[in-house]
Amino acid sequence: MEQEHKQTPGQTAPAHGEGYGQYLLIWIGLLALTGLTVALAGIQLGRWIIVTALTIASVKSLLVLNVFMHLKFEDRTFRWFVLVTIVTLMIFFVLTFFDYAFY
Amino acid sequence: MSTAAPSPTVEVHVHRDDEGSRMGMWLFLFTELVLFGGMFLVYAVYRFKYPLEFQLASTQLDTFVGTVNTIILLTSSLTVALSIAALQKGRKAMAQMLVGMTLILALAFLVNKYFEWSHKIALGIYPKSPDLLNKPPGEILYFGLYYTMTGLHALHVVIGMGILLVMMVFVSRGTVHPGHTTRLEAGGLYWHLVDLIWIFLFPLFYLLH
Repeated sequence: MEQEHKQTPGQTAPAHGEGYGQYLLIWIGLLALTGLTVALAGIQLGRWIIVTALTIASVKSLLVLNVFMHLKFEDRTFRWFVLVTIVTLMIFFVLTFFDYAFY
Repeated sequence: MSTAAPSPTVEVHVHRDDEGSRMGMWLFLFTELVLFGGMFLVYAVYRFKYPLEFQLASTQLDTFVGTVNTIILLTSSLTVALSIAALQKGRKAMAQMLVGMTLILALAFLVNKYFEWSHKIALGIYPKSPDLLNKPPGEILYFGLYYTMTGLHALHVVIGMGILLVMMVFVSRGTVHPGHTTRLEAGGLYWHLVDLIWIFLFPLFYLLH
């Protein structure tokens, strides 16, 4: 168990080269964005509140996906797959709202 | 792999495809995204139909509790990401401690959720309660969605805790070790998904008023 674990073809190198610092930085960013979205909720922004809240949530998601979930270290295929999933969901939303918003 | 011949001179070839394993986990996460996506779609439609009632109902949730739980989940995502980094650097004890911290944070999230729900139920707001049924339809839908979506999310927190507990055992037994962290990474991915869902649940239920 204590022997050296050598990499053989097909096994990706486990070390992505990222240290702890990057994760801490992203965490601080996520907390700051949480503070921002809570602060903005206290201000009467009218209908813009939905736009700002969802924009901030999307930025937070991108940070989690790219750094915590290692998407930026993965093969490009992973990012395409994620994009296809998100676009599919968006299509569900847009098509549904054709029935509710634009009639 | 760890149970293979102890002699370092014996080369045992075990077929492994770490990238494929992670891809499999991502494919599973996509099904989770679509599951929650369907619920977010229902939320979007009803919010569009009953904007004022949704606004009014959301003021009845405690923003402070929601914010605390957001901070807890974001921090737990950090600790699980750090645990993978620690294990890859060969620091097994630190990795175990960080997974343990993630579990404690997850438990704290659930305790908060328990008190939050209990408080709402004590106020007479729970599905099909007489008090709730007397409210306008938009508020009934809001609280129905609140219990369903945060409930399904809480179930994912419980499942995530189970997965992380198994990872703790794997790390301590050496099944997951610095040369093979894929399982811990997959467990971490699941945990981050739970965080990701909450990142959207939090503003939609607690902040839009």
